[in-house]
Amino acid sequence: MSSRTTRDRLPLAVMGLAALAVGFFALPLLGLLWRAPWSSAWDVVTDPITRAALWLSISCSLWSTAASVLFGVPLAWVLARVEFPGRGVVRALCTLSMVVPPVVGGVALFAALGRRGLLGQYLDLWFGLRLPFSTAGVVVAQTFVAMPFLVITVEGALRQQDRRLEEAARTLGATSWYAFRRVTLPSIRPALIAGTVLAWARALGEFGATITFAGNFPGRTQTLPLAAYLALETDPDDAIVLSLLLISTSFVVLVGLRDRWLGAAASGTGRSVAER
Amino acid sequence: MVGGGRLGHRTIGCGAVSDALEIEAQVRLGGLDLAVELRVAADETVALLGPNGSGKTTLLRAVAGLQPLDAGSIRLDGVTLDAPATHTLVPAERRPVGVVFQDYLLFPHLSARENVAFGLRARKVGRREAGERADRWLERVGLGTVGALRAGQLSGGQQQRVALARALATEPRLLLLDEPLAALDVGTRAEVRRELRRHLDGHDGPRILVTHDPLDAYALADRVVVLERGNVTHRGTLTEITAHPRSDYVGRLVGTNLLDGVLEGTVLRLSGGGVLVVPNGEAVDGPCLATVAPSAIALHRDAPTGSPRNAWSATVAELDRFGDRVRVRLDGPVPLAAEVTAAAAAELDIRSGDTVWASVKATEVKVYPA
Repeated sequence: MSSRTTRDRLPLAVMGLAALAVGFFALPLLGLLWRAPWSSAWDVVTDPITRAALWLSISCSLWSTAASVLFGVPLAWVLARVEFPGRGVVRALCTLSMVVPPVVGGVALFAALGRRGLLGQYLDLWFGLRLPFSTAGVVVAQTFVAMPFLVITVEGALRQQDRRLEEAARTLGATSWYAFRRVTLPSIRPALIAGTVLAWARALGEFGATITFAGNFPGRTQTLPLAAYLALETDPDDAIVLSLLLISTSFVVLVGLRDRWLGAAASGTGRSVAER
Repeated sequence: MVGGGRLGHRTIGCGAVSDALEIEAQVRLGGLDLAVELRVAADETVALLGPNGSGKTTLLRAVAGLQPLDAGSIRLDGVTLDAPATHTLVPAERRPVGVVFQDYLLFPHLSARENVAFGLRARKVGRREAGERADRWLERVGLGTVGALRAGQLSGGQQQRVALARALATEPRLLLLDEPLAALDVGTRAEVRRELRRHLDGHDGPRILVTHDPLDAYALADRVVVLERGNVTHRGTLTEITAHPRSDYVGRLVGTNLLDGVLEGTVLRLSGGGVLVVPNGEAVDGPCLATVAPSAIALHRDAPTGSPRNAWSATVAELDRFGDRVRVRLDGPVPLAAEVTAAAAAELDIRSGDTVWASVKATEVKVYPA
C-alpha cells in the first residue's frame, strides 16, 4: 500500500512541476495577447517599415540557415568522424558563440570583419566588400550565433550512427561521397531537420550580434527583433504588436515543421512508406 | 556426406583448378594478432569457424577491403587487392566482393527493393533498370511481394534474404557471409539455411562463411578452417577435424559428430546407410541433421546389454590422443568419432583395425530440421 502511494505521488509532483513550466512559457504570451492594442494592430503590421523588417527577418534567417547547413554539416562530420589533435579545442571554438553574449559576438565580428578588422580591411581593399551595416552583415551575424545549434545536433547524431552502414554501402560499390549522400545523410535526417530548425529559430530571434555588427537601418539591417526593441522606446504598443508578429511567425513554422517532418521522422517509417 | 538430393546440383572441381582467392593476411588490431593463410577455389565454400575474438570477422573485413592488411597479400583471380609491400590497396568499393553482414545492416531508410538496387545505383545503373534487376533478385530469394517494405517492417528471415539479394545483385565474384544465420530463430533458421545452400551452390566464385555454429558449417561449407587467437588451428572437413581435435575449443564445441538423414518418427535413417534411434523431440519427419557428442559414445569389447537403444559393431579406423582423452574414429554403418579417457582406452586395449561395439543413448542424439 505504501509503495503504491509513493508511486502515485511521484508522477503527480512531476506533472505539477511540468504544469508550472508550461505556465511559465504560456504566461508571457498571454500577457502580450492581453496587452495587445488590437484596434491599431493592423496598421502596425501593414506599416512599410514593419513589413520590411519582417521580410528582412525571414530572408536573412533563411540565408543564414542555408549557410549553417552548408558549412555546419561538414563541420559536424569532421568533428564526429575525423580524429585529430585538438579536436576538443576546435569543437569548443566552434560552439563558443552559443554561450558568449551575442553583443560580445558582434564586437568580435567587428574586430574581424569590420572595415579596419583583421580580415575586413582586405575584403574592403581587394573586393570592395564591406560587411558591417549591410544586409550581408546581418546574415553573417545570424550565422555566427545560429550555426553551433546545427553543428551540435548533427554531430551527436553522427556519433550515434552505426558506421557499419557506410561500410556496407562501400562493399556495394558506393564511393565515400555516394555513401555520405545516400546513407549517412538520410539516416541522420531527423537530427538534420531538428538542427536546421533550431539554427533557423536562433537566427530569426538574433538581436545582439546583429545590432552590434550590422546596425539598425530600416529596410537594410533592421530585422523584426531590432524593430521591436526600437519601438519599445518610442511606442510600447507597437513593440507588443511586433513581438506578437515575431512569435506567431516562429510558432507557425515550429509547429508546422515538427508535425510535418520531425514527427514523421521520429515516429518511425510508416508515414514515409505511405508517401510512396 | 550431406543429403544426396541437395548435393546433386553441385559441380565439384576436379582438383588441379588454381585457387581463385589467395589470402596471406597479417593484421594487428587491438589485442588481436591475425596471421592467416587461406586459399579458396572458385567453386567452394569455406567456413571460418572460431570463438569470439578469434579474428574471423577481421579476416572477412580485410578481404572486403574494410580493414587494410599490415603485411601479406590478398589476391582474387590473380589480381592483387591488398599488398602493403607494394603499396597496393584496392578500396572496398572497387572490389568484386559481395558481403552479407552480421545483423544484415540493411539501410533503414530504404525499401527492400531500394536496398537491393543500392549497389547497382552506386555503379551508375539507371534507376529503372536497377529497380527491375532488384525485383528479379528479390523474386529469386523468394521475396517477390515485399519490395516496397522497409527493413524494419521485414521479419528476420526476410531481412536475411534481402541482405543476400543485395550482396548478389552486383554479381560479385567473391561472396563473404558473416554469421548469416546467427540472428534467426531455430524454426526460420533451417529453412533459410536450405535456401542459402542453394544460392551458395549457384554462385560462380569462391565463398567464405563466418560462423560459430558447426551445424551451419556442416550444412553450408565444403571445407572448414578453424581460427583461434588469430591463427588457423584446424583445416579440413568437419569429420576430419572432429577426429583430430587440436584445441579445447574444437574438442568441446566444434568437434561434435554431425550426421544427416531422414527422420521417421523416432528413427533417423542416415544417408550413409545406418539407423539411429532418436528421442521423440520437436523435429518433424523429413530431412534432418543430428549431432552426437563424441563423449556420449560408449565403446565396448562385447555387444552391450541394457538400456542403450543404439548399439552397433564398428571398426576402429584411427586413434588420436588429445590431452588425457583419446578420439577413436569408427568406420561402419554410422561413421563417428568417439571420445574416451586415456585410461579407458588402455583398459579396452583398442587398436586401429579392431572391431568394437559402440553404443549411444537415444537421448544423446540431438536432431535438427535440415
